[in-house]
Amino acid sequence: MEVAQQETLTAPEVKETTTELSGSQALLEALIVEGVDTIFGYPGGAIMPIYDALFDYGDKLNHILVRHEQGGIHAGQGYARTSGKVGVVFATSGPGATNLVTGLADAQIDSTPLVCITGQVFAHLLGTDAFQETDVINITTPVTKWNYQVTDATEIPEVIAKAFYIAKSGRPGPVLIDITKNAQIQKFDYKGYTQCDHIRSYRPKPIVRTQYVEEAAALINQAKRPFILWGQGVILGSAEQEFKAFVEKSGIPAAWTILGAGAIPTDHPLNVGMLGMHGNYGPNVLTNNCDVLIAIGMRFDDRVTGRLDKYAKQAKVIHLDIDPAEIDKNVKSTVPVWGDCKETLPLLTNLVEQKNHTEWLNLFNDYTKKEVDAVIHDELNPSSGEMTMGEVIKQLNDLTHGDAVIVTDVGQHQMVACRYAKLNKTRSNITSGGLGTMGFALPAAIGAKFGAQDRDVIAIIGDGGFQMTLQELGTVMQTGVNIKIIILNNHFLGMVRQWQELFNERRYSFVDIQSPNFVALAAAYGIPGKSISEREHLPSVLKEMMETKGSFLLEVNVTKENNVFPMVPQGCSVAEIRLK
Amino acid sequence: MSNQETEQQEYNITVYTENQIGLLNRIAIIFTRRKINIDSLNTSPSEIESIHRFNIVITESEDVVRKVCRQIEKQVEVLKVYYHTNEDVVWQELALYKVSTTVIAEQVSVERLLRENGARVVVLRKDYTIFETTGHREETDALINILQPYGLIEFVRSARVAIIKNSEGFNSKLREFERLEPGEDVVENEYLNKGSKVFSM
Repeated sequence: MEVAQQETLTAPEVKETTTELSGSQALLEALIVEGVDTIFGYPGGAIMPIYDALFDYGDKLNHILVRHEQGGIHAGQGYARTSGKVGVVFATSGPGATNLVTGLADAQIDSTPLVCITGQVFAHLLGTDAFQETDVINITTPVTKWNYQVTDATEIPEVIAKAFYIAKSGRPGPVLIDITKNAQIQKFDYKGYTQCDHIRSYRPKPIVRTQYVEEAAALINQAKRPFILWGQGVILGSAEQEFKAFVEKSGIPAAWTILGAGAIPTDHPLNVGMLGMHGNYGPNVLTNNCDVLIAIGMRFDDRVTGRLDKYAKQAKVIHLDIDPAEIDKNVKSTVPVWGDCKETLPLLTNLVEQKNHTEWLNLFNDYTKKEVDAVIHDELNPSSGEMTMGEVIKQLNDLTHGDAVIVTDVGQHQMVACRYAKLNKTRSNITSGGLGTMGFALPAAIGAKFGAQDRDVIAIIGDGGFQMTLQELGTVMQTGVNIKIIILNNHFLGMVRQWQELFNERRYSFVDIQSPNFVALAAAYGIPGKSISEREHLPSVLKEMMETKGSFLLEVNVTKENNVFPMVPQGCSVAEIRLK
Repeated sequence: MSNQETEQQEYNITVYTENQIGLLNRIAIIFTRRKINIDSLNTSPSEIESIHRFNIVITESEDVVRKVCRQIEKQVEVLKVYYHTNEDVVWQELALYKVSTTVIAEQVSVERLLRENGARVVVLRKDYTIFETTGHREETDALINILQPYGLIEFVRSARVAIIKNSEGFNSKLREFERLEPGEDVVENEYLNKGSKVFSM
C-alpha cells in the first residue's frame, strides 16, 4: 500500500505530457487498437487501478459486469465463438483469478481465443502470502496457451500485443496476463502501440508441403468409400467456403464433431450427421467400413473414436491439422497434411476429381432410415406420454428455421440439442465440447449475444447445469441482453442417471436433483418466464418466447428417465453403437 | 506399431528455448501430466546469447517420446525439440567427491585408484580434498564405491549433458533462428519424414 500512496501523492504534479500514461491506461489503449469493444469482468482490490482507468473509457469499451468470474470467462468464450474475435476478461487477484481456471481449461481444450487480464498484488509483495495473492501464473500454466506476469508498466504494450497475437493465431487458445498493482499505477513514457505479427520461437502454422497434398489427393481419387470427418478447425480457420467446395467437388459424405456443427448447413445433402458417442448411426458404423478417412480440423477425441484399437483400422487416414502435435496423437495418419485448412483445402480441391459416391452415400441414408425408425421418429414426434427433449428442439427449429445461435450446456440436453438443432450458418453452435463444463451455457449465451447482436441466441440448459451458474441472471437483468433460456428439466442429472441405468444396475446414486421454482427465480431478476408440462402448450409458449422483446426463461418439464440413443458405450468400438 | 515404437529405453530430449521465467514449469508439466519421471534435467545457456538448451532424459517408448516432444515444441517460447537414443549421443555427467585429506595423504592406494578412475583434484585443503570425474553413470558410481571405505564425506553429481553425434547443422540453424524473420527461409518441416533419425517440426 505504501507504494500506492506514494504514487498517488506524487501524482498531483500533473505534467500534461500527452505521452505519459499509467500502465492501466496503456492496457486500455492496447485493447482499443486490438479492436476490442466488449470486456467481461469483475473488479477487486488488485485490479482497481485498471477499473479506475476504465471509468474514462466507457464510450469505447463496453464493460459487462458479471456475477462471478467463471461467468465472465464463459461469456468471453461465447463472445469469441460467435464473433470470431478474441474474448477479453478482467478479474482481480487471488479468488478472482482462480475462478477463471475452469473457463481457461475449457477454452484451452476447445481452442477458444481469449485474453484474460488479472490483477496481482504489488510486485514487492509477491511470494509473501499477501492478501488475495495466489500464484496465478503457475496455477494457469497447464490451461493456457501462454501466460505472463507483468511487474513493470513499460512491458505492457509489448506483452498485450503478444497476448492477442498468440491467442488468435495458429490454433487459438486462452492467454492470461497477470499485472501487478504497481505496474498498473506506474506512469511511463508511452510510445504508442504496435500490433505483434511474429514471435521468433513461435510457429502458428506449419508450412504447407505440397507433396503431402498430392499424396492425399491421390488417395482420395482412388478411394471407393471415402469419408470426411470435420471439426471446429474448419470454423476457427474461417474455411467454411473452402470446405464446402472440397466436399461438393469430391462428392464425399461428411460428418461432424460436436464443435464442427454448422460449418456446412445441417441439411446439406453431403452432411451425413454427427460423430461420436451420441452421434448418428451411419457415421459411426461406416467409420469402420470406409477405405479412406479424411479428418479435417479435428483431433480424434475419445468421445469421437470410441475404442481406439478398433477404430477405422481398415482405412487409410488423411489428417489435415494446423497443430503438428495433433497428427498421430490418437490415430496414426497415412498422409499428414500439415497446415491451415484455409490454405490446404483449396490445394486439395484442385487436385481431387469431381465425383458422386452415390452408392456409398446411399449406405449412409440406409442407416439414417434405421435410426429414424428406431430412435429419431419417436424422439421428435411422440404422440403420447410426457414431453421429450427432442420434440422441444424440433419445434424450436420450426420457429428459428435454423438461423439462431444455439448455446448448450453439458449432458443429455446437449446431445439432443446438438443432434437435432437445425443450423444454417457457421458459428451457430456454442457448447462446451472437450471439457464438458456444466454451467457453461447461461454465461456463454450472454457473451454469444454480445458477439452476434443481430442474431437470436437461445440457451438450452439442463436443470443441473443451470443451477451451477444461475447467478448470471443478474447479468442478464442489468445489461438487458436479449437471450432466450430453455431449461429442459428432467428432474435428474440425466446423463449420469442414464449411465447408472445402463451400467450400474439402476443404482441412482445422487442424481435425483431438486430445482427451485425457475420461473419465480427469473421473475426475481425481472425476467419473464413460463413453465410447462403439457405437450399442447409447447408451440404457443415457444412462440411467445421468441416474440418477447427481451430475455425469456422457459422451463419445459420433460420425461424423467429418457435415454439418449444411439450410444457408443465406453470401451466399445464405434461399430458397436447401440440403438437402444 | 513396431518394437522400436513401443519398447522403453532412455531418450535424450534436447530443447532450445527462449530465456523466459516459467518456461521450465511449462516444459516440466508436460511430463508430469503423463506421469513420466524425469531421470535427469539440465538447463543452461546455449552457445547463442539468449537461447537456452535443455537436456532432458526420460525412459519411455519412442511413440510417447515423440508425442511429448511435439507438445513441448508447441509451447510459444520453444524454438526446437529433438530426441535421440543413447546410441545417437555422446553424453557425460560430472561428479564431485569430498574426502578427508589425511586419509588421502596416508593411503597411497587411494591416489592410485583415483588416477585409474580419471579423477582430478579440484580443491586441496588441509581438512579435505575435492575430486572430480566425468563419465557415464556407472563410471561415476564406481568411484563412489571405491571411495566409500576411505570415508567419503560428500558426493554430488550433475545432470546429464549430451551432444548429438549426427548434428552438423545445429549451430548454424540456431544462428539462423537468432536473426530470423519468420517465414519461408527457415524450413520448418524439414525433418518430418517418417523414419528420419532427427526429429523436428
